[in-house]
This record gives sequence, C-alpha cells and structure tokens, in this order.
Amino acid sequence: MATNTNRPTSPHLQVYRLPLTGIISITHRMTGVMLSAGLVFFVYIVSSVAGGATSYASMQDLMSVWLIRLLYWGFIYALFFHLCHGVRHLIWDSGKSFDNDTLDHYAKIELGCSLGLTLFTFIFV
Amino acid sequence: MAEFTLPKNSVLTEGKTFKAPAGAKNIRRFEVYRWDPDSGENPRIDNYELDMDHCGPMVLDAILKIKNEVDSTLTFRRSCREGVCGSCAMTVNGKNTLACTKAIDSYPDTIKIFPLPHMSVIKDLVPDMTHFFAQYASIKPWIETQTPAPADAERLQSKEDREKLDGLYECVLCACCSTSCPSYWWNSERYLGPAVLLQAYRWLADSRDENTGERLDELEDPFKLYRCHTIMNCTDTCPKGLNPAKAIAETKKLLVQRKLG
Repeated sequence: MATNTNRPTSPHLQVYRLPLTGIISITHRMTGVMLSAGLVFFVYIVSSVAGGATSYASMQDLMSVWLIRLLYWGFIYALFFHLCHGVRHLIWDSGKSFDNDTLDHYAKIELGCSLGLTLFTFIFV
Repeated sequence: MAEFTLPKNSVLTEGKTFKAPAGAKNIRRFEVYRWDPDSGENPRIDNYELDMDHCGPMVLDAILKIKNEVDSTLTFRRSCREGVCGSCAMTVNGKNTLACTKAIDSYPDTIKIFPLPHMSVIKDLVPDMTHFFAQYASIKPWIETQTPAPADAERLQSKEDREKLDGLYECVLCACCSTSCPSYWWNSERYLGPAVLLQAYRWLADSRDENTGERLDELEDPFKLYRCHTIMNCTDTCPKGLNPAKAIAETKKLLVQRKLG
C-alpha cells in the first residue's frame, strides 16, 4: 500500500502550554535581543555626553519624552531580568536546582528579584 | 529553523461531534485530533461526549471507550496500560503525558488530545517515531567495553555505582520530553533531544561501560548536545518523574571536567 507523503506536522506552539520556566526561557532570549538593540541607544547617550553641552541638552530633551522614558525603564527591567535568569543558568550549569518541585519556586524568586532591583534603581538612583 | 505556524496541510479544521447517549448524567467532552491519510483533507478536531459513569478512570480508558463504542476509526498506540511501555504518549490539555497513567479527573473540564507536538503524523494520534529511534540508536545504547569479560562471572557493580543509574534506567522512551522541547521542535534533525541525551548519560554514568571518552567525543557538538538551553519543559512533562535536564547538565559538566583535566 502506498504511504501518504503529505503528512501533516502535529500542532506545537499552537497547543502546548509552556511551564513558567519555559516562558521565562523565551523571555530571556527576547530580552537579550532587546538589550542588544538598546545598546545602540546607550551608545547614543554616551556619545552625546562626550559631545559637549549642546548635544547633552538635546539628548536630555529626548530622554524626557514619556514614551522614551518608558522604553528606558523597560530596558532597565529587561537588564535585571536577563541578569537574574543568567545567574539561574550559572546555578544550573553547576548541576544544581533541577528538582521539578522547586522549578516554579525559583522562577518566582527570579521574577521578584528582577522587579525588586528595578524598583531599587527607580528609588535610589 | 524556527517555524511558528503550521504548514498549510497541517492547519486544523472543525470536525464532527458525537453526542453522549440519551440519559447520560455525567458527561465529559473530549476533543481529539484526527487526520486520515486517505482522505486528502486537513487534520480536524472531533468532539466526543462521553458518559463518565460508564468509563474507566484514565485518559486511555476514555480513548478506548471512543474506539470501542463510538468511533472505531480513531487510531492510537497503546499496549501495557500501566506506564511501562511508553506507547500512549500524547499531548493532553497542553502537556505531554502517558494517557494510561493520567487520571481523567486530574483535569477540570474538557479534555483536548493531540499527537506528540511537532511530529510527522501517520494517522490521528500516531506520530512517526522513525527519526527519534534512529537518534537513540546513534548513541549506542548498549555496554561497550575494552577489557575482556571475566571468565566465570558477570561484570559486577557496587551498590553505590548501581544507584547512579536510578532516575535514568526508568526511561521508557515515550518521547514526551523530546517532543515538549522547543529546541527539539526547531532543530530535531541535528539536536538529539532530552530523551536520547538522558539515555546517553545513562551509559556515561554506568561504571561497567568503558567507552566514556568516545561517547563524550560523540556528544561534544554544538547541535547534538548544546542546543539544550535549559528550558525545562522536559523535566516538567516527564510522566515517569525523571529529570532529563539534569542528565544533560551532568553531561555538560563531564565535558568541562574533561577539558580542565
């Protein structure tokens, strides 16, 4: 009997419910890409500081636009989130904290820490 | 390459609905992925309403009830009905599991059943496992030795060394973990996936195996092993409660330790 060569691919992202660690993992990658893109903006800030009073003033004007400020704080949060999950990866690389029961617990600590660090920066820096 | 949507021939359509018999009081709805290779049509979702007062407790019992009493065309794999053969692996309500060891009552409402994710479907809930088992064969899942076997005894192992295989030997190769892994979805041609890597580590951890060096050489590859990004879907989904992610981490550690001498 001839086999059907037009076999479908079974649904994946469409039906699979990612566990919290899975969601954090893809967010880690997305924040990584966003942070790389954000670095271009960071270079703009640094070069405008180096460029003297006029360029510094125009950069300050731009930075006070609310949408830019929102993006800026998004960048800070992404940075801390990426950092926290990076630390988690270091712990994993040492072969520790793989227990299935504790995965969600550590994921929540991670999220709490990244929020806390952002808040800390907001208040004290 | 990552593909986020399904190809045209795989997009789901709405299928038939089979009502529960009149007078049934305890009804539960099952939505099941169907694909008939002979029809030339796209896959569809058929809805079955079952009388739970006349059905066994496990998801597999419900599927068997459908096949026996409602719709005999439904196709799936099953054998042992007690979680040791690994045949009835499927996606139930968004998570891979063995239908035979998963209680229907562990789900609140409608139960949605799909074949293992991102696999080539042969029919209904039956995915093509050829590639998966070829990958398994590629890690040489048997003992390899340099020294001759003792003349009058088996190759013995201390109790402690035997315990190192706990959590590894129980794997039944159901492929729940591998097919839950997004990295395996995008790179299954070259990435071995959690199940096969756990099996590979099972032989690395075995004190009687004398081919550790060559096994590590084989695994030291940007794709075969290092497409694992510790997403943890594998450990989350394993119906046997094993920890493929940890086995992979231990393998990576062995490679680092070897490099550092």
